[in-house]
Amino acid sequence: MPDVKVVDINKTFGDGKIVAVDNVSLEVHDKEYLSLVGPSGCGKTTLLRLIAGLIQPDKGEIYIDNVSMKNVPPEDRGVGFVFQTYALFPHMNVWRNVTYGPHIKAQDEKNAAALGRETLEMMRLYERSDAYPNELSGGMMQRVAVARALAAGAKLLLLDEPLGALDAKIRNELRYDIRHLVKDLGLTAIHVTHDQAEAMAISDRIAVMKKGKILQVGTPTELYMNPEHLFVANFIGESNFLEGYVAGVDEGLTKIRLRGNLTVYSANAKVREKDERIVLAVRPEALRLQRGLKKAQNGLQGTVKDVTFEGTITRYEILLKNEDKVIVTMPSLAGEPYSISEEVTVSFEPEKSHVFPYPPRGLMDELKLE
Amino acid sequence: MSAKARITKFLDKISSKTTLHHAIYIFAILFFLVVILVPPILGTALKLNLFMDVVNNPPLMSRALNAIWLSFAVAILVGIIDLVAGIPAAWLIARGKSRWLNVLDTLADLPFIIPTVALGYSLLLFWDSSYGVSGMFSSSLISPGWLLVILLHFVFSFPIVVRVMVGALLDYQNIYEEAARTLGASPVAAERTVTFPILKPSLIGAFVLAFARSISETGATIVVAGTFENGAVFIANMNTPQNQALYGQAPLVFASMLLILIAVILFAIIQILGPRLRFPIRRVSPSFEKKLSSKSAVSLRDGATLLVLFFIILIPALFVIVSAFPAFFDGTLNSALAGTGDWQQYWQSLLLSYFIGFVATLVNVIVGLPMAIMIARKRMGKTVSAVFDVLVNIPIIVPSVALGASLALFWRSFPSVPEMLLIIFAHIAITYPYFVKSLAAAVGRVDFEIENAARILGARPFAVFRTIILPLVKYSFFAGAIIMFTRSVSETGATVAVSTNIKTVPVLLVSWIKPLLTQGGVGISSAVGLGCGFLILFSIVILLLLRFVIRGRGRY
Repeated sequence: MPDVKVVDINKTFGDGKIVAVDNVSLEVHDKEYLSLVGPSGCGKTTLLRLIAGLIQPDKGEIYIDNVSMKNVPPEDRGVGFVFQTYALFPHMNVWRNVTYGPHIKAQDEKNAAALGRETLEMMRLYERSDAYPNELSGGMMQRVAVARALAAGAKLLLLDEPLGALDAKIRNELRYDIRHLVKDLGLTAIHVTHDQAEAMAISDRIAVMKKGKILQVGTPTELYMNPEHLFVANFIGESNFLEGYVAGVDEGLTKIRLRGNLTVYSANAKVREKDERIVLAVRPEALRLQRGLKKAQNGLQGTVKDVTFEGTITRYEILLKNEDKVIVTMPSLAGEPYSISEEVTVSFEPEKSHVFPYPPRGLMDELKLE
Repeated sequence: MSAKARITKFLDKISSKTTLHHAIYIFAILFFLVVILVPPILGTALKLNLFMDVVNNPPLMSRALNAIWLSFAVAILVGIIDLVAGIPAAWLIARGKSRWLNVLDTLADLPFIIPTVALGYSLLLFWDSSYGVSGMFSSSLISPGWLLVILLHFVFSFPIVVRVMVGALLDYQNIYEEAARTLGASPVAAERTVTFPILKPSLIGAFVLAFARSISETGATIVVAGTFENGAVFIANMNTPQNQALYGQAPLVFASMLLILIAVILFAIIQILGPRLRFPIRRVSPSFEKKLSSKSAVSLRDGATLLVLFFIILIPALFVIVSAFPAFFDGTLNSALAGTGDWQQYWQSLLLSYFIGFVATLVNVIVGLPMAIMIARKRMGKTVSAVFDVLVNIPIIVPSVALGASLALFWRSFPSVPEMLLIIFAHIAITYPYFVKSLAAAVGRVDFEIENAARILGARPFAVFRTIILPLVKYSFFAGAIIMFTRSVSETGATVAVSTNIKTVPVLLVSWIKPLLTQGGVGISSAVGLGCGFLILFSIVILLLLRFVIRGRGRY
């Protein structure tokens, strides 16, 4: 089964004006399910298409199973590609779509038929073999697209936002179907998505991209618990961001002075120089709420501005005394809910926060999704 | 408030009235029926009794049937050759990566804008006269006859096929080919099994247009036909004073009726059977198709395409310019510019042609616009729109000489219909579908939700039309108008059929060329060359004007 190595890949468009992929290196292990996530236009689809051979890199090398893919056309790379819009051939029925790969390579007809039947049965679509794409629902078309890629004998599956066009419930079901299928068949998969929740649910590892670069690669837990970059902290899950300065180091903890001279401590600081401008990131579920204005370690006093009930959790928007706003999420069934205008104290454990250097172009620019 | 603003405001206000909409669409429908569709049908139907005069004259009937058969045989062959040559050219233009492809794109259009009579003379000079390639051989390489007719029809239909296929390829979602490639298909296999089946409607459309153009062409065919007689040449020959005296109108009625009937039936068959046509996508030869996809094979294909484009199409099409050179030295140019001798009639005919073209274009824009919108937006219901979507094709597929002859038969049954009006009616009928089809397709591509958004924001229907629809379809609007105009200026067959005294410039040039057609080959004439040259020059100016006006404007 193949692994994939991307080494220093560059790709530009428009005579070099648009840098789609900027010196990217990535390794996908054999039988791994890796997701490429990032905002629209970050280069994840371009990277996928480079691996598939649909476009050629300006610089760098791509290896599949340790074989260089330089000058190897898409039809000879042995990859399966599932397009965002499925790209089912409108003039062929389901059966002809699925058996297209073996047929066009002049493989044995009986084997091709057996493969087609097997993959369609896997996708629970064998009874719809005679249907044409325009007679199928979005979910069905997506399954036919996957079946088609598998029936072609692909060992490396490339999925370009395969669930993007589906409604939320179907998306949730199908994401697990695809993962189980990939794992059962022992395939290597690279899955592009802008939905970080989807990536977290099904991936062995995730690579976060922004503006053509890979910012961090890691397991969902690693990315969520230990983001190495402000953007990753924002894109994977949700975070509160508070601006401040490093006030010093105290018993291994970095002392942070926030606006309004509020002081908190963090155990995960990437910056420790005194007076260095920083951004403190804390996840909403890492913040604890107490009623009333209390003195607590890493405590910040404020008022509840907004309450949103979201089923399992309730979101509280808190306006702190220093005019900063934070979001706190708590299980809805854990105690009496807080009311708007109620005075509260927000606190967090130093280990559950991260400190990043203040970005040169400003916090908003660094976090924006375009 | 200015007068223009007041008028606009008034039109905006009254455009909300449903009765006014219906009145406009009904007027457009009635105009189409009364001026374009019904007269040619009635014209031949009213003279049905003359049909039997031909049936009762076996030699004449045999001659007529043979001519009609040759028209369709040539048209089908030309359609096929145009597809075979045009598709690689369109592929090169649409998919190629060189900067020179813009130039190629413009060059491919040239034969379309050269008036066909100039094209005919040019091909004759290139292939038949000693001034062209025949000068390298002891005798004429291709003499006037069926082969030159096929070459001629191929040359002027080629740009139509290229234009349709370039448009189809640009609209085509490349994702299907990419999907096929990731499944193991070589580029040629992907094109054969996926792209061409999906583009089938465009292939059929391109074939139909090339076929229709070939059936319709008269002026240049007369120039290059020699003794070859297809339907158009037969009708033109029967319309001479000598044959009119001998046979009357019977041969015109016979040939026109059969040409119209067979063309409509063939068109219906193509429309019904065409979508059922299966491409050979089941058979596979991976290694062979991979070889065909190699760089060398592709270069060979592109090279052959360019060779055909330059040496079979462009150079022969523009060769007439060579015959114009002596005009600069032998005083012909001076006479032309001074308008003396025959040149007085030339300039009058040219002005007349442009006048007729202008009137036909203006009328068709006014009456064709509501028809196009009615078809695209189904304003009078799905059925009515579908019916007229088919009916507006009839003037394209009916040979223009037959259309003209039938129109003349109809209108001449009324007293004192001026010949000029007859010519204008004929040109209106012939050019109408080009504008309506082009504009209907463009309006159809505009998302209806955009119109709804404008209405919700407070725009009345006329305001929606002038601020939303028209800016978006400006390209097709102007392109359709220019095509109508150039088609009208170029039109010979219908003019020959309806007029005896009035000579438009293509008809005049045919009369100048005919004496040059001798047994020993076509003679060269600086006057004819210059006359054709002026026409080509003005057509190029119009084409450049179109490109200037529509550059970067509108999307459809």
